[in-house]
Parts: sequence; structure tokens; C-alpha cells
Amino acid sequence: MDRSDMLVLTGIVKKFNPGTVNEKVALNGLDLTLKNGDFVTVIGGNGAGKSTMLNAISGVWRVDGGSIVLDGTDITNLPEYKRAKYLGRVFQDPMMGTAADMQIEENLALASRRGKRKTFAPGIRKSERASYAEALKELDLGLDTRLSEKVGMLSGGQRQALTLLMAAMKQPKLLLLDEHTAALDPKTAAKVLEITERIVKENNLTTLMITHNMKDAIVHGNRLIMMHEGKVIIDVSGEEKQKLTVEDLLEMFTKASGGEFSNDRAILS
Amino acid sequence: MGNFLASMPGAVAQGLIWGIMAIGVYITFRILDIADLTVDGTVCTGAAVCAILVTSGVNIWLAMLIAAIAGILAGALTWFFHVVLGIPAILAGILTQLMLWSVNLKIMGGANVAVSSRTFNVLLTQMDVPMSLIFLGIAAVVIIAVLYLFFGTEIGCAIRATGCNGAMSRAQGINTDVMKLIGLALSNGIVAVAGAVLCQYQGFSDINMGKGAIVTGLASVIIGEAVIKHISKNFAVKLAGVFVGSVIYWIVYQTVVFFKVDTDLLKMLSALLVAVFLGVPYLKKKIGGKKVKGGAANG
Repeated sequence: MDRSDMLVLTGIVKKFNPGTVNEKVALNGLDLTLKNGDFVTVIGGNGAGKSTMLNAISGVWRVDGGSIVLDGTDITNLPEYKRAKYLGRVFQDPMMGTAADMQIEENLALASRRGKRKTFAPGIRKSERASYAEALKELDLGLDTRLSEKVGMLSGGQRQALTLLMAAMKQPKLLLLDEHTAALDPKTAAKVLEITERIVKENNLTTLMITHNMKDAIVHGNRLIMMHEGKVIIDVSGEEKQKLTVEDLLEMFTKASGGEFSNDRAILS
Repeated sequence: MGNFLASMPGAVAQGLIWGIMAIGVYITFRILDIADLTVDGTVCTGAAVCAILVTSGVNIWLAMLIAAIAGILAGALTWFFHVVLGIPAILAGILTQLMLWSVNLKIMGGANVAVSSRTFNVLLTQMDVPMSLIFLGIAAVVIIAVLYLFFGTEIGCAIRATGCNGAMSRAQGINTDVMKLIGLALSNGIVAVAGAVLCQYQGFSDINMGKGAIVTGLASVIIGEAVIKHISKNFAVKLAGVFVGSVIYWIVYQTVVFFKVDTDLLKMLSALLVAVFLGVPYLKKKIGGKKVKGGAANG
């Protein structure tokens, strides 16, 4: 293994409802290696295994086969809450990444203690507030003066931006973005993507970003992968990726997936 | 009327004792988002343990501590059923509650145990209501203060986050299983202490004393929330509101008893009250318009 490899997925298998008529092989021997600092966009049709891949890395459940090595450490059998120390995650549902009944500053305080053993020390100290206000100010969403408001009062876009901030807070080894702009209106989505770009660059984060928007997938990141039936079928990076068009991608997909053209939302948009 | 007013201090004392119990319910129902039916059994477990130990000559404070531990173990058992065995929380609580019925009978060696304040050294008794009120007032303040501080710690915040959003909590590195254990154990420990205090106050422990405790507790939580809603959002005030709600509940109870209304109906009224207060906000939300997903970044 190369020392600059941040994430190495080898032969990942995940089956849902194994042994029943509803058995579904979501990940089918998935191999993927991310170099340190890679910003990889992930596209693919519904059921291609994109979210399943992120959940496998996050440890939402155990995989049925294969290994997950993060920055040289095998995390395949580590429980979800222990992996959290190394991962930053933003979900598709804006409600999912934050605790609605807790204050903005309390959410940030939780994130700043990610991976730390919980003790009887204060859940938030006065001295932390200034740095939170500063970080929120950079988001430019007017949140820096609303530290003690409940997160439930925020809009979807504000919550996603906050979740991004929380995800990047402890300099994670890997940032996992699961269609984190899909539930937002176009204008808000663009704004959140802009914030994403900035946070990834400033912290030089290795990133996996799932998107259903092919244009976004081409514009952002230094590498693009397309998944199909639980495997990576297209993997382009560098100059080749920059020159891509949506039409190219559709054509590549048709070829790689064996001529079968899927017309679902995730591919065409 | 004089009689009626004379019965009020006793009602307030009852309210404060059941307020301690309702604090336990608040922790599971409002903070951990679990309706824990274990408490119906834990009230009596706390009382039974306390009664048996005190009548065997054990120091009252030590007896209450052991009662609390018994409650903590009951909460831990419900956690085991729910989290380790994957049984739905409500059923897990019912299973423990049913087991406690047998356990409580075995502890007491019968359906009840008398703890006479004349024979044994207890902390409070309904023979001396003013002293009891002083004791309970101090107890309420101490409980509110300790819990206020506790839920401000890292562990306390992690428990709140767990109840609010489990997926987010795990993504932030919180072991949600452990936090549920702490919450359920703490809640049932407090409820057992309430049982221990009640058995001293009324002078006996009885196998039926916890029946419907969950509903009484929920009613107190809900009444308290309605009262303090416009006063403050401070957590300490919310906890105080639980005691206020419980005291109001028992004053109403005493009034109903005084005016000779059929007390058989009280449990039904409590249950209806809880159903209405939990149901109305839901219906309001449902009628009030569909949820809008996403929204503007600057909205």
C-alpha cells in the first residue's frame, strides 16, 4: 500500500436481506483507493450502491466482506461511533446532521468533542463561543449572532452549512457528503456547494461527494467515479475529467454498463 | 372549607414526592425520547427496598441509597431488553415492570410492609407535614441543581443529543447505547428514590403503589410545561416546572377527593389528560400545513 493512500476499500460486499427473496447485493466486491487530498465526486443510478458505500465506510452496519483501511488503520470492524473520530459526514436530509432541540453552539460543541471520551467536564465552555462565532461568520449566513438559538429554527440550507462546519471541525481524515444538496432549492444548493469547496480546500480534506447532478460532479473535485451495481465502473481524474461533458458521461455509462441505458433522475439531471 | 384548606399542605407534599418521580419520567420521555414503563414497577421497588432495610435497622440514608441502586438495576435491565435484545422500548419497560411485580413481592415478603415513624427513624412522615415540606423543598432544589449541572456536562449533552438525533450522535462519535443506559439507569434510580421517600411519608410500602405512575408522571410533566412555557426556556426552570406540574396535579386530586367526586375515575381522567395534551400538538401540526423540505439558505 502506498503511504499517500488515505482510504483503501478492498472487495467490499454488502447484502441486504441475505437469504430471502428480497436479497439485494448492494456492494459487489467494491474496490476503491483514495489518495490523500483527493476530492472525488460519485455518480450513479438509484441502487448503484453510492450511499451504501458511504454507510460502509461510516460503519452504520458491518460489511459482509472485504476490508476498509483508513490512513493505514484497518477500521473494518470498528463501531460507528469510534470511526466518527476520523470522519466528517453530511447527509442528504438536512434534519439528520444536527440535533434540532439543541442550540447552535451546543451542536458545534458536540462536534468539537468528536472522538473525545465524554466526561463530567462542561459540555461547552465560554471560551469556545468566540471561535464558533468566527467560524459561523465565514459561512456568511447570519448565524454568528444566533449561537444560542435552537438548530430546529434554521432553514435546510443553514442546517447543511452548519453540518458541513461541524464535519470539518476536527480535521477529519475523510469527508463524506451524501447528496448533501439534493434536498435544497437550486440557489441554496449552489451556496452550500460553494461553502463545501471552500471548506475542503482550506482544510485540504480528502473527500467523497455523492451527487445526482452530473454537472456538479464534473465541475467539482479532481476525480470522478461512476458506480453501477455495487461497483466502480468509471474512474476519471485530472485533465481527462476536466474535459468531460455530460454527454460524454452518458455515453461512457452506456458503454460501461453493457449498453443498458437507465433513464432515471440520477443519471440524466 | 377549613378542612379543605387544611388538606392542601398534604397535597403539596404528595405533589413534591411524585414530582421526584416525574423528574425520572421527564429524563426518559423528554430527554431520551423513550416512554419507559419500567417506572410503574420501580416506584414500589424503591419503597420495598427502603421499607425492608429500615425495618431491619439499617440507617435511612443507606437504605435510600440501596433503593436507588435497585432502581438503577431495573433501568439497566430495561436497557438490556431494549438495546441489547432489540425489543421495542415500550415492551422492554413492560417486561421489566412485570418482573418487578414478582421481585417486589419477594422483597417485601408480602403485599405490604409498615414503616411506622414512631418506631423507626425516618426522614419525613405525614404525621408532621410542615417538616416534611421543608425536607421535600430542599430535596427538590438539590435534585434540580444536580440535574441542571449534570445535563450541562459532556456526558449530559451526549445524552440529550442521543435523545434528539441518534444518527447524528453516532456520527459525532457518541456511543448512543451507553448514553441510553445512563439515561434509563439515572431515571429509574430517581424514581426508586421517590418510592423510598413515599413509603416513609405514608408509613408503608405497598405492591400497588406504582400503578399508573408513568401516566401520573407524564401528566405532571405536561401540566408543568404548560405552566412554565411562557416563563423561561432555561433547563432548570423546565425541571422546576415538573415539580410545579406534579403539585398542581395533586392539588386537583385532593380537590376532587374533597368534593366527593368518584376517585375511581381519576386514573381515567389522568390518562385522558395525557392523551389530549400529547395529541393536540400533533393534530395542530398535521392541520397546520405540510412540512417544507430544504428552504432558502438565508431564510
